[in-house]
Amino acid sequence: MDTGSPQNTWLVGPQGTVEAAGGEPEWIALPPGLLRMRRLLLVVWLGLIALAAGLLPGLLAGPAWAAFALPPLALMAWGWVMTERNWRSWRYAERADDLLISRGVLWREETVVPYGRMQLVEVTSGPVERHFGLASVQLHTAAAATDATIPGLDPAEAERLRDRLTELGEARSAGL
Amino acid sequence: MTSPGAAQAPEAAAEITERRLHPVTPLRRAWAPVAVLFGWAVHDPDGAQRQLTRLTTTTLLIGLAVLIPAAALYGFCSWWFTHFAVTGNELRIRTGLVFRRTAHIRLERIQAIDVTQPLLARVAGVAKLKLDVIGTDKKDELAFLGADEARTLRAELLARAAGFAPETAHEVGEAPVRQLLRVPPGVLALALVLTGATWGSLAAALVVPPVLWLVTHSLWTVLAVALPLLGAAGASSAGRFVAEYDWTVGESPDGLRIDHGLLDQAHETVPPGRVQTVRIVEPLLWRRRGWVRVELDVAGSSNSVLVPVAPRALAEEVVARVLPGVSVPGPAALSPAPRRARWCVPLWWRGYGLAVTDAVFAARSGLLERSLALVPHAKVQSVRMTQGPWERARGVADVCVDTGANKTVRARLRDADEARELLAAQAERSRTGRRDARPDRWMA
Repeated sequence: MDTGSPQNTWLVGPQGTVEAAGGEPEWIALPPGLLRMRRLLLVVWLGLIALAAGLLPGLLAGPAWAAFALPPLALMAWGWVMTERNWRSWRYAERADDLLISRGVLWREETVVPYGRMQLVEVTSGPVERHFGLASVQLHTAAAATDATIPGLDPAEAERLRDRLTELGEARSAGL
Repeated sequence: MTSPGAAQAPEAAAEITERRLHPVTPLRRAWAPVAVLFGWAVHDPDGAQRQLTRLTTTTLLIGLAVLIPAAALYGFCSWWFTHFAVTGNELRIRTGLVFRRTAHIRLERIQAIDVTQPLLARVAGVAKLKLDVIGTDKKDELAFLGADEARTLRAELLARAAGFAPETAHEVGEAPVRQLLRVPPGVLALALVLTGATWGSLAAALVVPPVLWLVTHSLWTVLAVALPLLGAAGASSAGRFVAEYDWTVGESPDGLRIDHGLLDQAHETVPPGRVQTVRIVEPLLWRRRGWVRVELDVAGSSNSVLVPVAPRALAEEVVARVLPGVSVPGPAALSPAPRRARWCVPLWWRGYGLAVTDAVFAARSGLLERSLALVPHAKVQSVRMTQGPWERARGVADVCVDTGANKTVRARLRDADEARELLAAQAERSRTGRRDARPDRWMA
């Protein structure tokens, strides 16, 4: 885990309010589990495709035709680098009144959701994610376009975030 | 909120008086078996043809003797088993013979109330009443009620939603309405004539079928294409005129009143503080006359027009009533996109502009049909900044604000540093803007 303990990056004020230690929000990166999972999925799927693309023409038409395996392999190498860049771009910060999520390398997107506007916080974890010990946190506001999802969190961190967001959301609830 | 199957509160059960819909309602439901039969005939025309040839008068009579009572029974049962009741802070609708469904609609969550009267309902003197709450759908409308009953029920629901004491709520009555604006039929007709979409659909309906006839010489193909085109042309010209005829916008303590319609009449009430976005649209051909259309977004409501056509000054007055304390920023107040943005969106970059005042986030877009969207800060649910690779090369970014009506307003092509500041400042404003917003119960 390269996130460190998130609690240490926040100062708890006298009334239990939480304030950022500095002016710039304290960004938290995603744990490496997500990168491992995405890379494994990439290697497995593109490996299978490369095997099929190389083996079939190679056996049927001659060894030179096995070169069809090269494009999937190149794609795999490119994807290997890209998944890391994408994974690095994901980060989030809990500020005193809102949650920031920043993501994307070429198409960057930064979302700010005030805690008071949260309608529901969801923690999801699929079978593959569970195997890698990962969970996603998704925030829903009254606007469906909000799309504030943090993928690939440690389940303990996901639950802490969920509880904290719910608590802050209740305290600052504002609705529509 | 709608909560199907929610348990009734035990203490309230004693004093709730449940009511039924108007006795005309079964007639409307009686269409269902006929519709099923018709659907089957369309789905399988060959089979229907064969069955029809085998029909004799006797079987036809027997069929009718079975079908009509069955339809009547279905209509009667669905009417008999539909009840509604107004409690302290809820409208409860209980319906269903086989599949029971109970909807409890919280009155303080009302976004708008629509009373509509289709042509036949006007003849019968009945009306539909629908509460717009996020998540309600067609099943949650009360169809039909007596026209007077619908009006009194609307007044009572609004009084309760406004926070009047439950025991006095049904005595408050209709709030007085002050008319803000009325669209004369001549202006409406001229505005439709000056709309590009009207001419576009008309031209398509007149040009495409002859061309198709020359190419294919097949009557069925031409008919299959021409009929929908003619329908669309009719809907966008005559249909809009009939629907938007006698458009009246009024103001009352219960909020905004919008009444319109020539054949089917609709009366909408939007309580104060429910409007999420207002858009002032200015089509190209209206610009010389200084006319604008005003659209509004209310969460959970399907109606989106506030004023179909009006002079700009009058429209801005209405907007100022709808969004209290908001003055519409003029063209000079909008800061344009930086000149380097022309490489991202050629020509149309000139249309983009943004103004942020104490009360609203106002973003303009479009070159031919200009549209200025106003979002009160208190209605912003989340703020996003997006930047594609091409935009980054030019040092510009987009700022999007999401509203509760599931619409997003984009301020496109802002300077990247400005966009970053805007993102932080807008999040702050949307949080603090909520503090001085009016409460859900506007009279409380």
